Amino acid sequence: MAGVRRKLAWRIGEVLETSPDTPRTKSLILEVPGWEGHRAGQHVDVRLTAEDGYQAQRSYSIASAPENGRVELLVERLDDGEVSPYLTDELRAGDNLELRGPIGGWFAWDASEGGPLLLVAGGSGIAPLMAMIRHRKAAGSDTPVRLLFSSRSYEDVIFREELERLAAEDETLEITHTLTRSAPPGWKGYHRRIDEEMLGEVAFSLGEMPLAFVCGPTPLVEAVATDLVKLGHEPARVKTERFGPTGG
Amino acid sequence: MGEQRLDGNAAAGLLAEIFTLEITTARAACVRCGAAREIGSQMAYVSEIGTVVRCATCDNALIRVARQDDGPQRYWLDLKGIEYLQLEERL
Repeated sequence: MAGVRRKLAWRIGEVLETSPDTPRTKSLILEVPGWEGHRAGQHVDVRLTAEDGYQAQRSYSIASAPENGRVELLVERLDDGEVSPYLTDELRAGDNLELRGPIGGWFAWDASEGGPLLLVAGGSGIAPLMAMIRHRKAAGSDTPVRLLFSSRSYEDVIFREELERLAAEDETLEITHTLTRSAPPGWKGYHRRIDEEMLGEVAFSLGEMPLAFVCGPTPLVEAVATDLVKLGHEPARVKTERFGPTGG
Repeated sequence: MGEQRLDGNAAAGLLAEIFTLEITTARAACVRCGAAREIGSQMAYVSEIGTVVRCATCDNALIRVARQDDGPQRYWLDLKGIEYLQLEERL
């Protein structure tokens, strides 16, 4: 029956591949039997169970396009985390991982919704926005996209090579980086935290009625959302996803 | 893990154990201030013991949900902060 779905169930995915993106993040590519597809921007819950039965659960955004068929999760290693060190350091191809999803239809974008799209990411907050960028390409959409991406340093820019490649072949995809800590010699881009002035320079004009998705650590998301509204963006067209101070 | 201040989206997994229709795009009207917004745009305070969805306009507690994990799962759901909840079938 259309629209009636089964209760959200835990299932087992198999790790096909793990690849380091940056010194602090890793991508996990999963094959999930029975996966019914997702929308760009949705997340999954991941659950680890210890031998004594203790369980820890975290949410991770899906970074892969719906068209891909596989589920890619981007995991940032938090040194004092309960879950992420296991996912980044221990998990190997062939291992199983318990997860459920896809979850959340609000922070999601389908190419048919159009734009233009303003995407603002802080660090691993790029994950759901990457799914949107990949989905847009896979769907053959020409919706203009601007990505403003804040990273600590050049080495910490997640998906850097793929983003460069995508932007080079597509003039309707514009990517602006800002580096908040260290910048390489000769860096000509922004070298500070995202602020109202930067957003004003990067964002589409208000007349274009952009749809904004903002994802990253809570302080970044709250500052960016506040600044966008100050600049005149309609609050209902600014969607946010906070990662929280800890993610584990 | 202490309590985290997140978006309504963060409550989606737990609430999806209870609701079969998509909850983050459901619209909740606050009994205190009357603002009606999608759950995904409200605030969620998530901790090990449960989740509180608060009105993004006035901070009133809209939804409180807790789950007991030992034995058969049992849920406590407090919706008294909501005037109405409008859920929509996604076609």
